[in-house]
Amino acid sequence: FSGRILDEDVLEELEEIMILSDVGVESTKDILEKLKERYKKEKSEDPLLLLRDIMVEHLDNKPLNLNPDKKPFVILVVGVNGTGKTTTIAKLGKLYKEKGKDVVFAAGDTFRAAAIEQLKEWGKRLNINVIAHSHGSDAAAVAYDALNHAISKNKDVVIIDTAGRLHTKSNLMEELKKIKRVIQKVIPDAPHEILLVLDGTTGQNGIIQAKVFKEAIDLSGIAITKLDGTAKGGIAFAINQELKIPIKLIGVGEKAEDLQIFDPEMYCNALLGIEE
Amino acid sequence: MFDSIQKKLSKAFKSLKGQGKLSEKNIKDAVKTVKMSLLEADVNYKVVKEFVEKVKEKALGKEVLESLTPDQEFIRIVRDELIELMGGNEKPKLNISRRPAYIMLVGLQGSGKTTHAAKLAKYFKKQGKAPLLVAADTYRPAAIDQLVQLGKQIEVPVFTGDRKNAINIVKEAMDHAEKLVHDIVILDTAGRLHIDENMMQELEEIKKITQPDEILMVVDAMIGQDAVNSAKEFNNRLELDGFIISKLDGDARGGVIISIRQVTQKPIKFVGVGEKVDDLELFYPERYASRILGM
Ligand SMILES: Nc1nc2c(ncn2[C@@H]2O[C@H](COP(=O)(O)OP(=O)(O)OP(=O)(O)O)[C@@H](O)[C@H]2O)c(=O)[nH]1
Ligand SMILES: Nc1nc2c(ncn2[C@@H]2O[C@H](COP(=O)(O)OP(=O)(O)OP(=O)(O)O)[C@@H](O)[C@H]2O)c(=O)[nH]1
Ligand SMILES: [K+]
Ligand SMILES: [Mg+2]
Ligand SMILES: [Mg+2]
Repeated sequence: FSGRILDEDVLEELEEIMILSDVGVESTKDILEKLKERYKKEKSEDPLLLLRDIMVEHLDNKPLNLNPDKKPFVILVVGVNGTGKTTTIAKLGKLYKEKGKDVVFAAGDTFRAAAIEQLKEWGKRLNINVIAHSHGSDAAAVAYDALNHAISKNKDVVIIDTAGRLHTKSNLMEELKKIKRVIQKVIPDAPHEILLVLDGTTGQNGIIQAKVFKEAIDLSGIAITKLDGTAKGGIAFAINQELKIPIKLIGVGEKAEDLQIFDPEMYCNALLGIEE
Repeated sequence: MFDSIQKKLSKAFKSLKGQGKLSEKNIKDAVKTVKMSLLEADVNYKVVKEFVEKVKEKALGKEVLESLTPDQEFIRIVRDELIELMGGNEKPKLNISRRPAYIMLVGLQGSGKTTHAAKLAKYFKKQGKAPLLVAADTYRPAAIDQLVQLGKQIEVPVFTGDRKNAINIVKEAMDHAEKLVHDIVILDTAGRLHIDENMMQELEEIKKITQPDEILMVVDAMIGQDAVNSAKEFNNRLELDGFIISKLDGDARGGVIISIRQVTQKPIKFVGVGEKVDDLELFYPERYASRILGM
């Protein structure tokens, strides 16, 4: 787009890029309006780069706390089915471990077949202790035990897995509220992070997901997974604009090290197809 | 939000009353309303563009304005066109005449393959068949345990072989199935990205060995614009026989149904409507046209 002026054609091309990245109609319209206004004031050599800069400026940003003073620091991980919650927990466990933290996992998905075994396998690989009950047991009780274990063993970080659930299932959303309440019985200001794990291939449904999870238990951040594919995860931008939930982490693979701390500029460049 | 497309369309047409025929110009608002609605449903941008052109042609030819309710007439054209695009009245059919027949499930990570392997096994078991599940995902932690547990739940045997090499597991499973007279063999494979060359080759290899009667790609109903890229690539590499759309029990509009059908011309055969082993339905297009349109 270098050297081109911001005319109807360019606007349409930009719109296409953004929609194809899952930013969505509304959010795309908003940001292109801002681009038009800005362009009037400061003529730019490259409308695409100006758009990138505006997007970066508008992204609400609040990085994950890697050196928390709370002890134990409690992270609750939630989201719809199959987005990458359990894998992201493994990645987070590795990250905190590398920062010298003593980590414990809570196997709070007591519902899906072999969800407990999956987390245990990660625990074994990463040498992280996993607190688990049996399949079908009460998820809140697992969280409760994990917190008490962490307190008594002087652990630094507790990361709690939960079963994937569609935001439309109100009984499952109630269960999530209960998990949070039980956590707060042990540590009143916990969880210190509530992360929504969002599949990077998700389309416009992501907005409703975020809205409903936020209303139910509040969210402190978003982790977008699977951005090692060809999807751009633009729905997270729309969520960020509409609901002001910061994006904190990016998943770029299936291995424990495939986690990046969110970088607004990198994200927007990738979203708009700008080579760095 | 739900009746918004109808409202918007009736508004768009009200202003046209008394203008006689539909023209390119006076149909613009109505077409735009449809376009926006489809984009909000995650139908692929390019597919939407083609689609609205086609609808425009149909509507212009049909003198919609003559009717008493031009907005409803217009929406009927849109719906019919969507249903046509999704396969019209064709009945969802599986080609499983061979004995044993092989069904191979493929797809992106977390789309629902393992769950749907179990759902299909249950579906066939209910029909009096003797299915065998094959755990050929040697990558995801506890993927094999997951299938084993699901198999136990539905009382269908699960072949796990050496738990290490998918190709070997599949080969051994074939002997096993012949010996034990299973009539349907369902292969669960690891989730993978369409751009992962090694992993895509593994699927090609499994296909070569088993010559499946049905290769079905499991696609998450919540997927967005990128659906066409993965579906196209899986189809190029494997010549899919069709799709299963999972997680339609949520409130995703499911525009992916239109997108992948359009870019691959392959049918959707089943839909997943829950996490439980019984939550499987055959795909009937009429049921999804209104949902995709947001009516
Ligand atoms: N390519 C890629 N795959 C990922 C990434 N994160 C997770 N996955 C894969 O996605 C699939 C689902 O991941 P899980 O961590 O089991 O997802 P989950 O949200 O815990 O799933 P449920 O507990 O069933 O709701 C697995 O195959 C993971 O290996 C990522 O960043 N990139
Ligand atoms: N609500 C709902 N959840 C589903 C449906 N199908 C699968 N799931 C859930 O989606 C998540 C992922 O399903 P899996 O069957 O493990 O997906 P997969 O494709 O085998 O995942 P990988 O092997 O990691 O690639 C699990 O939590 C399932 O319970 C469905 O139709 N509806
Ligand atoms: K998914
Ligand atoms: Mg999980
Ligand atoms: Mg699987």
